[in-house]
Amino acid sequence: MNKMDTSFPTVINGPLHADRRHDSAHKHVAGSADYIDDMPEPSGMLHAAIGMTDRAHAIITSMDLSAVESAPGVVAVLTAKDFPVNDVSSAHKHDEPVLTDKLVEFHGQPAFVVIAETRAAARQAARRARIEYEDLPAILSVAEAKAAGGKFVTEPLTLKRGDADTALAQAPKRIKGQMEVGGQEHFYLEGHISIAIPGEDDEMTIWASTQHPSEIQHMVAHVLEVPSNAVTVFVRRMGGGFGGKETQGNQFAAIAAVAARKLKRAIKIRLDRDEDMTATGKRHDFVIDYDLGFDEDGRIHGVKAEFAARCGFSADLSGPVTDRALFHVDNAYFYPHVEVKSLPLKTNTVSNTAFRGFGGPQGCVGAERFMEEIAYALGKDPLDVRMANFYGEPGSDRVLTPYHQTVEDNIMPRLVAELAEKTDYRKRREEIIAFNKSSRVIRKGIALTPVKFGISFTMTAFNQAGALVHVYQDGSIHLNHGGTEMGQGLYTKVAQVIADCFQVDLDRVKITATTTGKVPNTSATAASSGTDLNGMAAYDAARQIKERLVAFAADKWKVPEADVEFLPNRVRVGTDIIPFPDFINQAYFARIQLSAAGFYKTPEIHWNRATGQGRPFYYFSYGASVSEVSVDTLTGEYIVNRADVLHDVGHSLNPAIDKGQVEGGFIQGMGWLTTEELWWDGKGRLRTHAPSTYKIPLASDKPEIFNVELAEWSVNKLPTIGRSKAVGEPPLVLPISVVEAISMAVASVADYRQCPRIDTPTTPERVLMAIERLKTA
Amino acid sequence: MQQIRFVLNDETVVIDSISPTTTLLDWLRETKRLTGTKEGCGEGDCGACTVLVGKVVDDRLVYRSVNACIRFVPSLSATHVVTIEHMAGPDGVLTPIQQALADLHGSQCGFCTPGIVMSLYALLMEKPTPSRAEIEIALQGNLCRCTGYESIFRAVEAAAAGMASATPDRLTLTRERIIATLNDLKPKRTIRIFHGQSRSIIPFNTADLADAYATEPNAVIVAGATDVGLWVTKQMRQLSPVIFINHLTELQTIDETADKVRLGAVVTYTQAQNVLAKNFPALGKLLIRIGGQQVRNMGTIGGNVANGSPIGDTPPALIALDATVTLRSRNGARSLAVEDYFIEYGKQAREDGEFVEALEIPKLADDEFYAIYKISKRRDEDISALCGAFKLKLDAAGNVASIRIAFGGMAGTPKRAAHTEAFLTGKPWNEATVSAARAELAKDYTPLSDWRASADYRMLAAQNLLTRLLIETSGEKASLERYAMLEAGE
Repeated sequence: MNKMDTSFPTVINGPLHADRRHDSAHKHVAGSADYIDDMPEPSGMLHAAIGMTDRAHAIITSMDLSAVESAPGVVAVLTAKDFPVNDVSSAHKHDEPVLTDKLVEFHGQPAFVVIAETRAAARQAARRARIEYEDLPAILSVAEAKAAGGKFVTEPLTLKRGDADTALAQAPKRIKGQMEVGGQEHFYLEGHISIAIPGEDDEMTIWASTQHPSEIQHMVAHVLEVPSNAVTVFVRRMGGGFGGKETQGNQFAAIAAVAARKLKRAIKIRLDRDEDMTATGKRHDFVIDYDLGFDEDGRIHGVKAEFAARCGFSADLSGPVTDRALFHVDNAYFYPHVEVKSLPLKTNTVSNTAFRGFGGPQGCVGAERFMEEIAYALGKDPLDVRMANFYGEPGSDRVLTPYHQTVEDNIMPRLVAELAEKTDYRKRREEIIAFNKSSRVIRKGIALTPVKFGISFTMTAFNQAGALVHVYQDGSIHLNHGGTEMGQGLYTKVAQVIADCFQVDLDRVKITATTTGKVPNTSATAASSGTDLNGMAAYDAARQIKERLVAFAADKWKVPEADVEFLPNRVRVGTDIIPFPDFINQAYFARIQLSAAGFYKTPEIHWNRATGQGRPFYYFSYGASVSEVSVDTLTGEYIVNRADVLHDVGHSLNPAIDKGQVEGGFIQGMGWLTTEELWWDGKGRLRTHAPSTYKIPLASDKPEIFNVELAEWSVNKLPTIGRSKAVGEPPLVLPISVVEAISMAVASVADYRQCPRIDTPTTPERVLMAIERLKTA
Repeated sequence: MQQIRFVLNDETVVIDSISPTTTLLDWLRETKRLTGTKEGCGEGDCGACTVLVGKVVDDRLVYRSVNACIRFVPSLSATHVVTIEHMAGPDGVLTPIQQALADLHGSQCGFCTPGIVMSLYALLMEKPTPSRAEIEIALQGNLCRCTGYESIFRAVEAAAAGMASATPDRLTLTRERIIATLNDLKPKRTIRIFHGQSRSIIPFNTADLADAYATEPNAVIVAGATDVGLWVTKQMRQLSPVIFINHLTELQTIDETADKVRLGAVVTYTQAQNVLAKNFPALGKLLIRIGGQQVRNMGTIGGNVANGSPIGDTPPALIALDATVTLRSRNGARSLAVEDYFIEYGKQAREDGEFVEALEIPKLADDEFYAIYKISKRRDEDISALCGAFKLKLDAAGNVASIRIAFGGMAGTPKRAAHTEAFLTGKPWNEATVSAARAELAKDYTPLSDWRASADYRMLAAQNLLTRLLIETSGEKASLERYAMLEAGE
């Protein structure tokens, strides 16, 4: 016992709201962080490779796999027949087979699996298949799907408030237009991988690079026809996810599991990059048709819009993705009268899926195009049009979203005013207009765009999480929760929550691999919700243990509970100061339960899809950016000279990690909107299926000057963990300012009289063609 | 002794039998269980597999970053392969760049991080206080999907600031010992390695290469493997026999005389950078937009010509300069214009047993204006949508005395614009002429549409490049220059 030990710190190492590096940072830089392919392999493990079809839409008339079977090293070849439950459709629509043996619905759809002694042998053998097809007409694009009558993969949604038709008819000004917003490949650096290890009875252990271990568990149980309790899924870390590992790993885990059961050997399947890019889904591309009514001040009177998405061959997550696009068609703006609908179109392409923002960014791109159209129509600075349309103060008549949720915490006007001021936006815009007058070839542009992003899964049931916390006799703490670590720093932030709660140094908290065996029935780590949900669940677990400890101490030392205080690395009980490990040890001998399962569900949210009304989001996150670019009007090439960001994460749990999310989200979003072009040929073959042809941003694409700040004054008005806000997805929307800055440079060739209407991604080709269009108009 | 011998980290490796196409990455991960080096793409674009390969060059030990995913093990004879596991000291102390990346949030998911460490370590070894432009160039071959790179820049700058006071790291301390070991490991004669039905040939010198190739004209010659590597990792081709030539010192020579620059066939982009940037500034700027640093450290300009790609980044530039290629066989050598080497798509003027020995590039006269304009979807580490190279000479009256124009990406081979050249020659070099020449360009080329660009864009941009050339010959800048290009081009 230690009454006056000055060696105790006044604050723990790793408290809440402080910069702390990623828990695996040292292992990352030392090369000792193990991803699934790095783990020691079970003895006798075999390797699987997929055999892919090469038609976009066809019937398989024959499949000769004899040369595959006889290839060196091959142990087995599996086809659809080996999968009694040949179904991995996450939307439970039975529209996604593990393997197809008849109907081919996209180019690259897997038709068989080779199991061999080595991965190379399996891949080589897979090339020897001879598959004959009877071709069917393939529908590849939104336009083709619409022309063919527009078959949906899932139910469309309409959001409606007021009377858009009348508002449009009566508005002083009106514009109709169309925009194409391209898709995006996730390009997580670690591709899909699963290892299945068969156990006794019907047990199966899976290691998978997945954001959704529970769904992998359910899918594997489903295809093996065993109960969920027979399957245990683990993931310690992913080499990136970005939504691409929410449902897309199901198929590969199912393949590994079925092969493992059949051969009674451990099976690993790791896709090659090209296979991964060809056979797994991407961000949805959209064609947006819009009809805007507005007045001379630039204020919107009415909006009608149709968001048509290329969903690919199956539903997957296209329903909630296209819903979320509509939830963000307002972005930061109040539409007095609005009617928007989604068209989740079926196409003969790979099934599109979740990707950071989940349709929201596409909705926001539409909203910002609306503002841009109005600005060019009126000859105004687009920023003025934006500010004229922002949601109003609470209590005003401009606070209702198209889905009838009230915007209660609108900090956008303050945030944008601060950013414009700090970056000298107005003056720089004037300077750029002057520069463009005298520059023959190089033109510049600048734009400020905002983002308001709704936080919560729109499927209310998914907004729940669990955690498991053990405190061992030596005072060390074991933390587990349902969230997965894909680089976003979730494990670190949740560990900070626990360290803060017990007031112990962060290194006392051991972070352990996410597994369905410790926390069941988890939701995907998605929708930016990881910290909000799992942080609260972990806090709940720690709180329970702490309450028991307080009761124990009050009882043992005969003090009021209020006189038990957790100080940094020690506990004060009355006048006694006890080091944390000693305190825990005493609690153990007093038979105090030192383990707890925590749980959290987001309060207040509800959503009725049938009426299009509710409160799908617990709160909103805000941000804005200013970007400046230079465009070469002879070639359409461009450089991002500068970008400044001011972003709201509430009271940040870890500003360094949050800033990293904002910086990374900005650049990833910039890639989506600029150089990342998915290009299918006339036969439905994705020809940009590797980094040689699909160009994500490099270090040298980063804005030459790149300033990112968090809005330090922002605090979540609602009782989230530490009053923080979610950070994963919203920053992806920030770089719309890059697109609009490019657009301004283009518009300069026609004296800013026309909205250039550049589709995304704004490849040099699109930019140059827009310049030509404006010059000849 | 028919063995491949090299040093891996601190272990001397002796291999008696290995497939000619076993990649260094697979060998590291599967055979040596060194799993810190990652596979991200298997085609030399993402850099997750970056390792260092050290060689003794003129008694100096030079380490370069390379892509282990497309580097074949038999090409490593007498080198020092260094992986991420060898970066921290035996006591676990991180190198300054590792420490800074960890402390300043330079990793998120961490999968690209080992490769980024290796690239940046290589950079700091050569340039202890790099500029932002130099950091960008060093990272052109490393994709990070999480961080947005800004934190990585901050880490490099912090590491650079602390480099002077850092204790010498492992590679610095073992330099002398490694040089001695590598000198011992150097083969004394041609090595042949057998593995099942497949064979690797590592010729002792150019004469042995000529003999081996004459005997086996169907062998695949591999220098940098930045193209052939993908035949193996992506097309799953099984190649044999393979003749490795990147170690041949006779083919590594760079000779500069009063009127020309001669590059041996296996001179890498990196090795050629200085001499080419000095003599042909536009070519210097092009080179640092080819591949990433790792590819430039492996890939050779000779190979870029030899493989006959229709786009090939350097061929249009070389054709505009009227460069020649020397082909050698056991029977002797002959030279021909680079332009004549490309016959049609997939077909080159190379006879059985002939290999590219050298390139000769005539220097520019003082009154010759030379420009290369590469257009790609992404500025760096991207293959050209089109690339135009121009060598222009005006007479005293301002008329075109001579002009050579070559484009890549506009036809089945890198090709000269014969109609346009003829039209321009003798005419006044002004807007009216250039405007009229646009139609000539349309006679010269019928470009295709593909994922890099449409035919319409290619033609329009090519025509506009004539305008850019006109403006730039007057001294006015008419193309974008990121600060990287300004600082590092020459």
